[in-house]
Amino acid sequence: MKSGIRRWALGCAAGCLVLASALSTATAGTVKVGAIFAVTGPASFLGGPEARSAEMVVEKINKAGGINGDTVELIVKDSAGSSEKAVSFAKQLIEEEKVVAIIGPSTSGESLAVKKVAEDGQTTLISCAAAEVIVDPVARYVFKTPQKDSFAAQMIFEEMQRLKINTIAIAAGNDGFGKAGKEQLEKMAPSFGIKVAASETYDSKATDLSALVAKLKADAFIQAVVNWSVVPAQAIIAKNMRQVGWQAPLFQSHGFGNIKYAQAAGAAAEGIIFPCGRLLVADALEAAHPQKALLTQYKNDYEAKYKEDASAFGGYAFDAMNMVAAAIKQAGNDRAKVRDAVEGLQKFAGVGGVFSFTPQDHNGLAIDSFAMMTVKDGKFILYQGR
Amino acid sequence: MLTRKNYSLAGLCLATVGLHLLTVLADAPFYLTQLTMAAYYGLVIIGLGVLMGYAGQISIGHAGFFAIGGYVSAALTTRNLAPFEASWPVRLLDGLGLLVPGQDVYGAHLLTVSPWAACGCAVTAAAVIALIIGVPVLKLKGHYLAMATLGFGTIIYRILLASPYFGEADGISETPGFTLLPALGSWGPLVISGDVEHRVANFYLAWGVLIVGAWLLLNLIGSRVGRALRSLHSSEEAAEASGVDTARFKLQVFILSAVYAAVAGALLTHFNGGIGPSEASVMKSVRYVALVAVGGMTNLWGALIMGVGLTFLSLRGVFGAFDDAVFGLILIFVMLFAPDGILSLRLKPLLRRMFLGGPS
Amino acid sequence: MSLDLFFQYLFAGITYGAIYAVVAIGFNIIYNATGIINFAQGEFVMLGGMISISLLPFMPLWCAIAAATALTMLIGAAIEMLFIRWLQSPSVLRLIIITIGISILLRESALHIWGESIRSLPYFYGNEITTFSVGSVHISPQVVWVIAASGVMMGGLSLFFKSTPIGREMRACAANRTAALLCGINARNMVTLSFMLSAGIGALAGCVMSPITYTQYDSGTSLAIKGFTVAILGGLGNSMAAVAAGILLGIIEAFSVSVVPLAFQDAISIAILLIILFVKPHGLFGSSEAARLKDF
Repeated sequence: MKSGIRRWALGCAAGCLVLASALSTATAGTVKVGAIFAVTGPASFLGGPEARSAEMVVEKINKAGGINGDTVELIVKDSAGSSEKAVSFAKQLIEEEKVVAIIGPSTSGESLAVKKVAEDGQTTLISCAAAEVIVDPVARYVFKTPQKDSFAAQMIFEEMQRLKINTIAIAAGNDGFGKAGKEQLEKMAPSFGIKVAASETYDSKATDLSALVAKLKADAFIQAVVNWSVVPAQAIIAKNMRQVGWQAPLFQSHGFGNIKYAQAAGAAAEGIIFPCGRLLVADALEAAHPQKALLTQYKNDYEAKYKEDASAFGGYAFDAMNMVAAAIKQAGNDRAKVRDAVEGLQKFAGVGGVFSFTPQDHNGLAIDSFAMMTVKDGKFILYQGR
Repeated sequence: MLTRKNYSLAGLCLATVGLHLLTVLADAPFYLTQLTMAAYYGLVIIGLGVLMGYAGQISIGHAGFFAIGGYVSAALTTRNLAPFEASWPVRLLDGLGLLVPGQDVYGAHLLTVSPWAACGCAVTAAAVIALIIGVPVLKLKGHYLAMATLGFGTIIYRILLASPYFGEADGISETPGFTLLPALGSWGPLVISGDVEHRVANFYLAWGVLIVGAWLLLNLIGSRVGRALRSLHSSEEAAEASGVDTARFKLQVFILSAVYAAVAGALLTHFNGGIGPSEASVMKSVRYVALVAVGGMTNLWGALIMGVGLTFLSLRGVFGAFDDAVFGLILIFVMLFAPDGILSLRLKPLLRRMFLGGPS
Repeated sequence: MSLDLFFQYLFAGITYGAIYAVVAIGFNIIYNATGIINFAQGEFVMLGGMISISLLPFMPLWCAIAAATALTMLIGAAIEMLFIRWLQSPSVLRLIIITIGISILLRESALHIWGESIRSLPYFYGNEITTFSVGSVHISPQVVWVIAASGVMMGGLSLFFKSTPIGREMRACAANRTAALLCGINARNMVTLSFMLSAGIGALAGCVMSPITYTQYDSGTSLAIKGFTVAILGGLGNSMAAVAAGILLGIIEAFSVSVVPLAFQDAISIAILLIILFVKPHGLFGSSEAARLKDF
């Protein structure tokens, strides 16, 4: 027993050390910004590029002398996509690190989980997740950068009306992105006179969807398929459809905005139609476009720094970080003022679109933040009709 | 035996108070948040530890029970029953006084199940499910048992991910606090919630639950049943031959550990204000098993200390993007060099061997 | 259900099944030699795919695959020598937890080496949309590759175990380790060899399936769970049974799509597995006598 007590004492002493060493106080001349991203785990498609983009922005700011002379310290926490960790980290960032604002989390579930934490802690949270419920109902301190799912759904349905499509099938991944999109599609379809004949959810780790495709194809009424996810399965479903010789139009969501997926689907990706931010076609924009300069700059910087293609996902965090930086520049290191400054941002050009926040709209993007795109010869181009 | 157990428990109580004092001295009350969360996970781990170490049954599905506790309690206390107010089950619940009215952010009328009833349901559900699947599952052995429990965990995970009622991939958020005791005189109410004003109370509550849980298990280990349990792990045939009903004991411990997981799940969900599907994933179950192994399977204290300690560090994000990697490394090293748990390491001989090169 | 649709489901099921089966065979080889389930088996599959994709720019496809298989075999051997070989009479539970640790470590290393984005090998024949038709059923040539590769691996393994001296020695170790030791067989080398073999099989499978399923740092975990399921369903240690069980599970999954929502597919297939286990506690083709010989 004696040795047991000694071990206890040792353990306690070690605990004290950990406690003491982890305590850090903000040094003068730094502004702390928190970030919660799913850098590892099942949502790392989102969290990886997001964390890298945010770090890139901060590095650039600091190289240019910081904001109002203060260095920005970005504290990135890896939530691995789990909401209990996101909650723990949000509390930690707010109370302990005393950050001025938080960017992230990457997924809808985590964002909803930390929404209340941000409200209670009166700290601005700029989520990089898709679901509209994050900003609807509007919470005072919670914003989000990705475009609204309902806008994407609206653009898809309008295009379907042009193509005289009236019966569709929906396939979605079983992650937060897929769930949010599926809900919007099902809700909005009737008002466009479109019938949803089948609506299926597949596992985000699905390796083959030919059984699902066979089932959908067997329903002769289905004229088009809408797929909504951020996972590799969106390339798989394209392949499986074309392999069985099914040439029905395949619509995807803005989750397809990563050239990796188009490359993975190869020849099967040709002709996929999807709405997305203009990052993917930055080179093709006219010079006067308000996003042109920013988009090409982000794309070039990111690709030079990380040797990988820039995707729409990283853009969400790029925008969030830039907004926080702009707000700090106006309002200084003060949480309440930073919140007001973010809400006051008007005509703020970002990767996702041109943001104009209002007290009622904490997403700040209009439907024209999306453009319809398609894949041609393995590249994303603006869609000009079939 | 008795005194040793009491000493240990007293030590744990002192450690709890000590931890609180430390955070006060360091002026770092925010540590209590993660300490509270870690204590609940600790409860899962000691329950699983007794199942693995004393009953000799592996379970790679305990996150499933945790999730049943958390999700059932969260869904009942969060999902609005007002649209079904006229239906008989809702009227019945109302008649029993189990429903509480409320208001959502729009000011709309809400009707939800009271947290006490919801928690009761959640824990009962976990116990009943453990009973139903325990009977056939515990007849299996070795890898087949591992597969069956893994399968159980996967089924729960899939059902949660596929059911709109449980929020699919988003899980359930905006779960209200759990008022254990209403305000009494000058005492404020005792509420399980993440609000700052309840932080200290919640810390003591979580550690109190953990201490009571450990006390119950220690009693179980020391009792006749417990001695039978230990015999189980060494030799099931011998235990059977001496008239111990092994199947029944295994089932009892299985249900008990499921109840521990469910209680932890329900309380932590109210503390966090929600729960997500990651709590039910296979990786989470694997993590629980691994934490038990790291602490030592027949060492309740080891499992408790390592479970709470490592979970605390992980919840604080100490290892950053290397969280899983560090965890895997610890797992391998403990299993290679200290298969009976990290507390079984004799540090002195090890250090002597390392630095003096002498015999151990 | 029309006949066309029936065959389309059937082929989808066989595709899934062939993939599950190759992973399950890898489980069985190590199980036979050591009595443990190597939970890092899925990571061998992932490593095979990842390494071959990384090597592809420098050499032709078949060279990349061969090199990736060889490298993964070396990794398998290194893992066995580092973590398992020198343990003195370890308990099975301890070994399982070590392999879980190795699996986590390999996966996280892959994340930090290759990043989180998906990769794939090109289709061996044709491209993503090439198919050939049997009747009205469309089959991708890569599916044929996967099925053929599983077949060849099965055949090769059974030849190896039956007709080569090393194969016979391995079987002797599997049947009775002490007796094999007494006969002068180096049981430790046999264990290392079994890790190499199953790593090689996993890697090869990872290369062949990569064009269909893609390769990502964490694709091993879900494959390992499926492979484990199939190995158990068939009865541990029996590779032929694993193939049958794999195809069976694949077909169940494919046909389940026609009746229940896809979201419940895994829940259904695993519930069926549990029911089978409750009725036949040692898998469909396993014998209780064989299982009793193993200590865990």
